[in-house]
Amino acid sequence: MDDKIKKLIIKLAHRFPRKESALLPALSLIQKRNGCITEDDLMEIANIMNIPQARVFSAASFYTMLSLKKIGKYHIQVCTNVVCSLLDGESLIDYVSGKLGIQEGEVTPDGLFSIASVECLGSCGHAPAILINMAHYENMDLKKIDKIIDSLKKGEWRG
Amino acid sequence: MNNILLSKKGIIDLHSLKKYIAHGGYEALKKALSMPPENIISMVIESGLRGRGGAGFPAGMKWKFLPKEREITKYLICNADEGEPGTFKDRQIMEFDPHLLIEGMTITAYAIGACRGFIYIRGEYDWIAKVLIRALKEAEDHGFSGDYILGTDYQFCIDVFRGAGSYICGEETALLESIEGKAGRPRLKPPFPATFGLYGKPTVVQNVATLSSIPFIVNNGPDAFKTFGKPRNYGTMLFGICGHVNKPGVYEYPMGTSLKKLIYEVAGGIKGNKGLKAVIPGGLSAPILKADEIDIEMDFDSLIAAGSILGTGGIIVLDENVSIPFVAQKAAKFFAHESCGQCTPCREGTNIIKFLIDRIAAGEGSLTDIEQVLRLCRCIKGSTLCAMGDTAAFSIETMVKKFRGEFESLVK
Repeated sequence: MDDKIKKLIIKLAHRFPRKESALLPALSLIQKRNGCITEDDLMEIANIMNIPQARVFSAASFYTMLSLKKIGKYHIQVCTNVVCSLLDGESLIDYVSGKLGIQEGEVTPDGLFSIASVECLGSCGHAPAILINMAHYENMDLKKIDKIIDSLKKGEWRG
Repeated sequence: MNNILLSKKGIIDLHSLKKYIAHGGYEALKKALSMPPENIISMVIESGLRGRGGAGFPAGMKWKFLPKEREITKYLICNADEGEPGTFKDRQIMEFDPHLLIEGMTITAYAIGACRGFIYIRGEYDWIAKVLIRALKEAEDHGFSGDYILGTDYQFCIDVFRGAGSYICGEETALLESIEGKAGRPRLKPPFPATFGLYGKPTVVQNVATLSSIPFIVNNGPDAFKTFGKPRNYGTMLFGICGHVNKPGVYEYPMGTSLKKLIYEVAGGIKGNKGLKAVIPGGLSAPILKADEIDIEMDFDSLIAAGSILGTGGIIVLDENVSIPFVAQKAAKFFAHESCGQCTPCREGTNIIKFLIDRIAAGEGSLTDIEQVLRLCRCIKGSTLCAMGDTAAFSIETMVKKFRGEFESLVK
């Protein structure tokens, strides 16, 4: 863990009535910056918060948005819950998978993309929806997804 | 209709403090701070406001359970985890009218004597969390939040706390665990949060729409609130209508509005003029209603009487071409994924149900599999720490029972 992140986590720990409350914000921060949470990160956080490493691992492995495995620079999450599925969301994940040549849970060789099917994103009124890193895209179709992926490949990220 | 929660819908830049104040914002807070806190609690009890997060527990009663002593540290938490499939109502308030929620929270905190508050928002709503943080900063800079609110010695600070992708954290005690820096696993109750909540202190957890109803009640009085809805189910509800309708969206209507009207008039009817097969009336956890059961009033009591629940008011409309076993497959996948794993019946049950329904849907199941699904649903009900096990079981069981023919036609 680099010093910059460490300092930010120590700062986070002081924001809450109890420092353990900074656990989820700290893990989310590392996830956002590094694309995954390493064993070293778990140990450092446990030390900063003075809690067992097992507890840090328990949280890190519980939440869907945290990953102990490296994900792509652009993590494409496709909603496969009821409403999105009924409105063609299912075809999106197959399409993205085919286009990028990877399965769910895999990363493209250049490290740019990974894909995952996820549960409800709260976009049922604008289904189907996908989430790329932290950016929501609603009312999706294959054409739109093509455009987004192509612009990501060119490095034109707006999310 | 937009009477209480979305009354300012369409106003541009309403998320800015200036616009909010120009449209009467923070008047309720001024009024509230001139009243004794217990009078506010009485007003809310009198209004009959029930929680909008799914359970429908009377809000004022919840507040009354807290210890009265001012010196005891208390917390107020806004549940903005909105993860129930088919639900997208709270985001309408937070995204477009964040100060309404901040005002509602600040009044509520004053009434219960809380000095610190959290808005627990699902991690996927990143851009909405940013809207809230900006609004909070503005409110603090102008004395509507933080220290010395409106020049009084009353203080209340709100933090935006982001989840990290977990449905169960919408359950209030799992949410508390999550803020405490743990995996979100529901606690054994009692003790309830009112006596043993965040960090073991008395805590009130309330949904976004519930808290956002408070400014209206304080401004206009409980009687004005009671002009909407019907006895035991007063006020309005944000109905999120999605699936096969022409105009999906979130609509505010009084409690007790007819489901038929919501689907056919408000949401513009079924897409492509198709027939209706079924409706899931309150988020995916709500037991499904058949097309001939939709002549019903949408309120807590009417839906319970009809064997379902109002839940979050998220209405999923399914047209005649939808395969219910397919919907059951998606529901089973969801519950299996989101079970926290703590209680064996829910953890194992939801996973085996998913396996069985997948097998049935693939045409490789048998009649015994259908029976086994129903038997597992019976086993889960009543044997888990939180309501998730029950709702998962009721949801799946109802789909199988009401549309058994569709399941049977798939088995060998």
